[in-house]
Amino acid sequence: MKIYVCIKQIPDPNTVVSKLDPATRRLVRSGVSLVLDPGDETTISAAIKLRDTIGNSELIAVSMGPSSAQEAMRRALAMGVDSAILVTDPALAGSDALGTARVLAAVLKKENADIIFCSTESTDGYTGMVPGGIAEFLGIPQLTFAREITVEGQRAVIKQVTQTGYRTVESPLPAVVTIASGSYEAIYPTMKGIMSAKKKPFTQLSLSDLGIDAAQVGEAGAREQVMTIGKVEARAAGQVLKDDGSAAQTIADFLQRYQLL
Amino acid sequence: MSKTIWVLVEIENGLPARSSLEVLGKAASLGRAEAIVLGSHAAEVASTLGEYGAEKVYAHSDPAYDTYLTLPAVDTISSLLKQHQPDLLILATTYDLRDIAARLNLRNNMGLITDATDLQFEGDTLKVTVPWGGETVVTATLPGQGAGIVLTRPKAFALERFEGKTAEVETLNVSLQASSQVIKVLERVDVESEGPALEDASVIVSGGRGLGKAENYHLVEELAAALGGAAGATRAIVDAGWLPYSYQVGQTGKTVKPTLYVAVGISGAIQHLAGMKSSKYIVAINKDEHAPIFSVADLGIIGDALTILPQLTEEVKKRKAQ
Repeated sequence: MKIYVCIKQIPDPNTVVSKLDPATRRLVRSGVSLVLDPGDETTISAAIKLRDTIGNSELIAVSMGPSSAQEAMRRALAMGVDSAILVTDPALAGSDALGTARVLAAVLKKENADIIFCSTESTDGYTGMVPGGIAEFLGIPQLTFAREITVEGQRAVIKQVTQTGYRTVESPLPAVVTIASGSYEAIYPTMKGIMSAKKKPFTQLSLSDLGIDAAQVGEAGAREQVMTIGKVEARAAGQVLKDDGSAAQTIADFLQRYQLL
Repeated sequence: MSKTIWVLVEIENGLPARSSLEVLGKAASLGRAEAIVLGSHAAEVASTLGEYGAEKVYAHSDPAYDTYLTLPAVDTISSLLKQHQPDLLILATTYDLRDIAARLNLRNNMGLITDATDLQFEGDTLKVTVPWGGETVVTATLPGQGAGIVLTRPKAFALERFEGKTAEVETLNVSLQASSQVIKVLERVDVESEGPALEDASVIVSGGRGLGKAENYHLVEELAAALGGAAGATRAIVDAGWLPYSYQVGQTGKTVKPTLYVAVGISGAIQHLAGMKSSKYIVAINKDEHAPIFSVADLGIIGDALTILPQLTEEVKKRKAQ
């Protein structure tokens, strides 16, 4: 089978408070450390596991981003992905979910994918709208919030997370499958994996390679517009204190004061 | 000119979902609210929606919507969009509505804003409020032609009742295509969980990576138990496999609005804040004085959770016994 996984390079969520630039009204991506979205590490691991279970299959990572996203692709390759495709083009800056889905779907359309893995949402933008957009573009079903997936011939069955438990859901392939966080253990790249990543096929594409009109993507094609960015109404002023050994008493006093005990 | 706003109302156990009714009430405050109800109980549910703000309901009673996810609903709503020109669609953020929204957006080239906590029209301009992290709030709009979609955050709006009001119900004459009946639900399983459910708990103690390892999570559970609350987790530790997904608080985990939220070893990534920022009182314990969680905490303690937690649990038990 030809299995694909859509991934994204984002500002490191663990070291950076995501900032919006009031001038450009976009997420600040420069001057911050960029990493493969931690949610995608889980999703890649799920995809690798499925590839190995089905056998005789290949797994290709696809991404849209600035050229620095190559590093995220290399990490995916080091984890065990077989090859990678990156779409990078200055005209893509400021793309919304619809524009992103359009670009990724254009890559995938040429590829004859059997299964397309995505995370349920990215850790930075978290709209969660790209996977469904890709599925709609390709005219294929989507199986979302999967915590488990099995493939039987040309049919996929998932255990789908719900508010109260789960549903068992099936669809024919090809399909987009989104993986719920925490469902799979992330694979850590080994030294061997890192070395072999350098030799794996890596393709870089631009918009003109995909035949996409720049007016439909990037900020030009975005159908949402930020109007203002402001400071949130402050909650009642909070105190931040260093523990001097009496933290437990301080917290308990607070709880008692507000009748929370 | 009054705006016409569509709300897709989900059905749960034969009744309209509370999250959908909250959005319907909001829509009614913005203009003329019209509901769309699809599923085997659509007719019964449709007749109740006037009291929740709907002036008109489009209903299609067909079990196919219950068995086959997403695509039949996207087909029906898309065909309604071709026949009518609403100004806006507002959908609550639930698993199923997100999937529907993503495809509707693309199929009808609409425009979509997610995670909104409020919205209003100023003349013809839609202004949507989207909080970002602990300190920022964004207003956004949908400048394009035609209706767009806004997905609203759980519990953003209170339930409104319009006693005695009835809605005009239009039964849709739709034949669902076989080609859209492909994502099939084979079974539904509800999992019993111990203790109060996160969404309903008035006290939640949540743990994050600052706890160090899975073996330390019991300290969170012990404090939660002492306070009579529920235990929660961040995406980071769920991803690391310490706990199942049902514990996750955050954008795709659960949105919670407890009276007290105690965040232990949690840095406060935007996704997590999105899920708990509306808690009435927030106490945070973290070793890192720059952790974003401190920007939303009413009381923040810079210290070692592993030391403080057992001390706090003891202190809580002591004071409760007095």
